[in-house]
Amino acid sequence: MGLPPYATTGQRIWYYSFRVICGLILFFLIAPIITIIPLSFNAQDFFTFTPEMLRFDPAGYSLKHYQAFFGTEGAPWTGLIVGALIGLAVFAALFYWRGSKNVLPIIVGAALGLVIGKMWGIEGTEWMTPLKNSLKIAPVATLISVSLGTLAAIGLSQAHVPFRRAIMAILISPMIVPLIISAAGMYFFYSRIGLQGTYWGVVLSHAALGVPFVIITVTATLVGFDKSLTRAAANLGANPVTTFFRVQMPLILPGVISGGLFAFITSFDEVVVVLFVGSVGQQTLPWQMFTGLREQISPTILAAATVLISISVVLLVTLELLRRRSERLRGMTPG
Amino acid sequence: MTDATGPIVAADGRPLKVSLNRALRREKLRAFLLILPLLAFVVISFIAPIFDMLFRSVQDDITSRTLPQTVVALNDWDYTGEALPSEQTYEALYYDMFMAAEAKKHTALGSRLNYETTGISSLFRQTGRALDDVGEDVIEAMEDASAAFDDSAFWAGLFLTEDRSAGNNAASTRAWASTVSNQALRLPADVYLSNAAEAALPNAARQYAAFAMFTHTVDEDVPAEEDPWEAVWMALAQDLTAGALTYDGPETADLLAAQTAVAGPMAGFAFTDAFLEQDEDWGDASVWGTIQTFSSPYTAGYFLTAIDLELTPDGAQAVEDDVAIYVTLFWRTMWMSMTITFSCILLGYPIAWLMANLPDRSANLIMILVLLPFWTSLLVRTSAWKVLLQQQGVINDVLVWVGLVGDGSRLALINNATGTIIAMTHILLPFMILPLYSVMKGIPPSYLRAAKSLGATNWTAFWRVYFPQSVPGIGAGSILVFILSIGYYITPEIVGGTKGVFISNRIAYHISSSLNWGLAAALGTILLVVVLALYWAYDRIVGIDNVKLGG
Repeated sequence: MGLPPYATTGQRIWYYSFRVICGLILFFLIAPIITIIPLSFNAQDFFTFTPEMLRFDPAGYSLKHYQAFFGTEGAPWTGLIVGALIGLAVFAALFYWRGSKNVLPIIVGAALGLVIGKMWGIEGTEWMTPLKNSLKIAPVATLISVSLGTLAAIGLSQAHVPFRRAIMAILISPMIVPLIISAAGMYFFYSRIGLQGTYWGVVLSHAALGVPFVIITVTATLVGFDKSLTRAAANLGANPVTTFFRVQMPLILPGVISGGLFAFITSFDEVVVVLFVGSVGQQTLPWQMFTGLREQISPTILAAATVLISISVVLLVTLELLRRRSERLRGMTPG
Repeated sequence: MTDATGPIVAADGRPLKVSLNRALRREKLRAFLLILPLLAFVVISFIAPIFDMLFRSVQDDITSRTLPQTVVALNDWDYTGEALPSEQTYEALYYDMFMAAEAKKHTALGSRLNYETTGISSLFRQTGRALDDVGEDVIEAMEDASAAFDDSAFWAGLFLTEDRSAGNNAASTRAWASTVSNQALRLPADVYLSNAAEAALPNAARQYAAFAMFTHTVDEDVPAEEDPWEAVWMALAQDLTAGALTYDGPETADLLAAQTAVAGPMAGFAFTDAFLEQDEDWGDASVWGTIQTFSSPYTAGYFLTAIDLELTPDGAQAVEDDVAIYVTLFWRTMWMSMTITFSCILLGYPIAWLMANLPDRSANLIMILVLLPFWTSLLVRTSAWKVLLQQQGVINDVLVWVGLVGDGSRLALINNATGTIIAMTHILLPFMILPLYSVMKGIPPSYLRAAKSLGATNWTAFWRVYFPQSVPGIGAGSILVFILSIGYYITPEIVGGTKGVFISNRIAYHISSSLNWGLAAALGTILLVVVLALYWAYDRIVGIDNVKLGG
């Protein structure tokens, strides 16, 4: 939609002012997130740009909030380096052995090793312990919702499922019910059965919250899945388990992974339910941020926020790559 | 349906219909087995908690559990505003309260009833402390009459027996004491309540059994080595004054001596007076009215409170204006959610239109700008707004720098409704843009061109041709944003102050601070019903299966 050469002055003015309005709205969307990134490098404990920062004076910037976030306890560097090297080595060996040329998994492995190395042996620090708790809860919750969710999505995509709509409504309900209600109900019920304030209580509640995302993404992927492939596999003598792992799973993997990412983010970002179902021992990163925001707001929160923004950018890119791969597999052009 | 030629048969000789049916059944079963683990998981970890909450919003058995005999005695009493209940009721209250105070359950009931009538909490607490003093002179008279009463073993010998044939396990006392103390009480193994003592001294036997069970189960002591509660002494004094002593055993002489000794003090004793002496509020009929009103194990009281009514002994009434907050809060939640939804339409529509009409490459770029906030942690976005909206924050600094506001009159953008609306519009905007975009993508641009070539102005073409086709997108986005915003908790809690909070914040307050779980459950139930109704509408308009997750 360009501007035609015969456009009148009024049309021109409208065209450009519309663009400006849209620009302002996009600015409204992005600016708050972008602004806190430079603010997190503030050398002062202020929440606004100091004159030094506006002059781009290096003295106005510092990494001290990051230092406070990552902590100086223990031997962070040793842990970091050893963890990264081990992660790199393990994944490199694994992929050399598998004969893959893809370097991405090796980078992911090194990053994982880095994180585990950093987390190793951390106890009682203000920000790292919550991060460690988040990293202990989210993967387990994701694993539960992805494994059960994928099976159920395959079941739901069969031709004849009795009560399909009712089952679907139940499985999607954790996404519909407001979090505060889920949190209240889980708090009451989990106190009754002794799960309130335990690690498994939090994991189970987060897994339940992640289920709808897995169900939605995997069923959407299965819509494009050619059923004759499983029949062909069965015809060639494969049993259902082999068919699942060798034929169906590789094809729906992008959907499963993106469902898993959604579930992971849900758990990693979740604060309302963990606030009620968890106890101090399960304090997660969002919980720590929430407490920090409500009680005494310290600029370290901005450093934490910047780290989380980086993580979400990485996840967004991963999802986009997965979507393209999935569309390529289904024979569409990536859009 | 077979006819003369017989049914069509499959290869294995069975009728084809049967064979097909069997295959279908197996397929259904397999699909169901695949779904079952997840279904069971979600039902246990999510659906059951929701039902628990629904149940809690009407459940209110604390009064009938803590004061079971009192509640029964109150059945014969009608609240008139003046008359007090009978002496039997006060007597039942004494024994119920004594048991509850030993188990430390009376304060919980006091706090519960305090939600309804202020002052009951302290009344219960004080009474619980003072119960030991009830009938002091009666007990002293018994102690003076025989030294045997100061011997713990004497009581045990009187009421307990190890002979199974001469005793029973005090089932009714056990049920009563276990209910009041809210734990499973029992007599020690191979110890029974003496049938002879129970026949002659029914009240005392009952109270002693309760004492023995509690001592054994909770304190983990031997009853024969512990001094019985004052309630047991009082029960014995009541039994002794009730008539001639029929008990025949080694303790008879001591009991007879006590019978003579208590006759005097008991003649002038009434539980009613004893309670009124402890606290004159026990002479206030409205306290009794409250106990009676909340004596049923199920109540509509929490729901009434949630809509600013209160359950009084005279029926449901509106509460005073200065404590009526919930209807206001519900309206505020609705009103603010609508404002947020409307702002989202206003800001989302141009962006969605731009994305739908730009070439793919530029549209993708904008899509990334929309998805980045969508994918950023909620806490990050909320903290960004908390930082930006402060009086000394970036936005006020910029406004002062530009000269729009003076340094002294910085805008109050946070801790009020404005803060909540700005922050939540930002947070929920992607949920409006995405459905709008997917609807607009399906509107052929040729329609607009056709309208214009037929002579419509730009505005008419948009308003009469394009806009009506984009209404389903607005509907879908609006319901989504509205549903999400009425249940929001985190953002209002942080940027809302006191004037910008939602009903969710009140629910959280009642769960974690005021501990009025029943009211929290009732408020939650109302909110849930609203959300489900809206969701049902959403399903009718858009369909659950069309829920898109960010591209």
